[in-house]
This record gives sequence, structure tokens and C-alpha cells, in this order.
Amino acid sequence: MARMKFLADAERCIECNGCVTACKQEHEIPWGVNRRRVVTLNDGMPGEKSISVACMHCSDAPCMAVCPVDVFYKTSEGIVLHDKDLCIGCGYCFYACPFGAPQFPQDGAFGLRGKMDKCTFCAGGPEPDFSAAEFRKYGRNRIAEGKLPACAEQCATKALLGGDGDVIADIYRRRVTTRGKGSEVWGWGTAYGRPEQKPAQPGAKKS
Amino acid sequence: MRTILAIAVAAALPFFTAGCGEKPTVTVYKQGQYQGKPDQQPWDNEQFKGDKVAWEKAVKARNLGQNEYERVIAH
Repeated sequence: MARMKFLADAERCIECNGCVTACKQEHEIPWGVNRRRVVTLNDGMPGEKSISVACMHCSDAPCMAVCPVDVFYKTSEGIVLHDKDLCIGCGYCFYACPFGAPQFPQDGAFGLRGKMDKCTFCAGGPEPDFSAAEFRKYGRNRIAEGKLPACAEQCATKALLGGDGDVIADIYRRRVTTRGKGSEVWGWGTAYGRPEQKPAQPGAKKS
Repeated sequence: MRTILAIAVAAALPFFTAGCGEKPTVTVYKQGQYQGKPDQQPWDNEQFKGDKVAWEKAVKARNLGQNEYERVIAH
């Protein structure tokens, strides 16, 4: 299995915030913490675009690099998780993250900042799967249930895809090819292009 | 002359050796090797009973279920 990834399609997102609500409801996240949010560019203007943003579970995660107490770890599926028992709430990960994913509750043992909370790709944390401690600290573990993140699975327009990077890239590639626009943008070939296969020549010898 | 040469060599040395101290910056998680608690694999639970193939099959079905083109054709 490839790495688990999110993919947000700005052409499809209708800014319903269903993903944000699903995440909050699934993990019983407290007020003031948003593991996922919808960002709208050129809001209110014709052609506005929205995109759902959370932890992108980077392959080379900057939060892991800067954390002074080494709370982060990466699962065999490429999901970036953290151990809240080690977190000192310093906020370095928040400054390092290009997506603003780390969240800090407004109360707790460390005063205003609290221990860091972020999207877990619905994979819980280091506590035993399905345990009360895991749910309290990290939320529900849907991955261990053989499911995908609630935000992606409930998305009505399928603007937000989540799961095996190869599979969702295939879905997106087909979608863009079908709608006939999007593949002209810079970087498309690198991200989603596949090496073109030459059609078999009639009479050519098989190697 | 030798003093100048020695100073020049000493000044140039860091530029030549700068790359030697570079360490890999990609953190590779090894079970139990980071400071926190070890995590269990998602298939090591009561539901899948350690059956990785069954877990991958379940996740793949959900993965493919996100492709509405396939869903429309299938039903």
C-alpha cells in the first residue's frame, strides 16, 4: 500500500463545511480547535475557489523535524501521528507547518496554549486501538476499523478525497481528463502524469 | 608568505568540508525508536485479528468507493 494522502479538488468544493463538521462530530473536538477548515480564495467574487485544509501528512514533515521533544511519528501507511503525553505545547510545530494544521486548545495543564492537537487521518494515537484513552486524546480510530477519514468519506461532491495516494491520484486523473480542464496547469505531468505508453506497432517483434 | 598561505587554507577549509557534516533530515519512524509510546498496526486489533490482507482489502474498497464514475457504472 502506498502512503495515505488527502487530495482537495478546488473545482468541486462548494464550501459547505461538511468536512469540518464531520471531523468535529467524529472526534468530539472541543470548541476553539479546528483540525480541518475550509479556506476560500477571492471570497464573494465571481470564480471564487474553496479548498479544505488539514494536516497533509507530509512525507518529510517539518513538524517532525522541529519538535524538541520528538512527539511525532509516522505509521507504516505514512500517517503523521503524535504522542500527546510528550507534548510540551511549545508551538514550534505550528510555526513550521505550512498548512497551519497544529491546533492548541485554550485551556489545559500548560495554560493558554495547551497540548497540540491535529488531524490524525482518523488513525488515533499510540494508545491501544479503540480504547477510551485514545478516543479522549485523539478521537476515533477509523483506520483501525478499515475505514477512511470521516471528512473525505462524507464529502458530498467528493471534492475531498482521502486514502491510498496512488488510488486517489488515479481517481483525480480520470476526473480531470473527463472534465477536460485542469491538466494544463504547471506541474500536472509531474504530479499526475503517467509515462505515455506507445501503441503497439503492427508486426513489431516482441522483446 | 607561508603565514598568508596558512590563513588562506584555514579560511577555505570550511567551504570544502561544509558538506561532510550533513546528516539525513528525513525522520524515519521505527517502532519503539522514537521517544514516545510504540503504536500498534491498524490490523492488530479485535476486528481484523492481525489479518493485514483483510484490512487492506477493506480500506481499498473504501478507497475505490470514492470514485463516483465507477459507482455510477456499477449500479
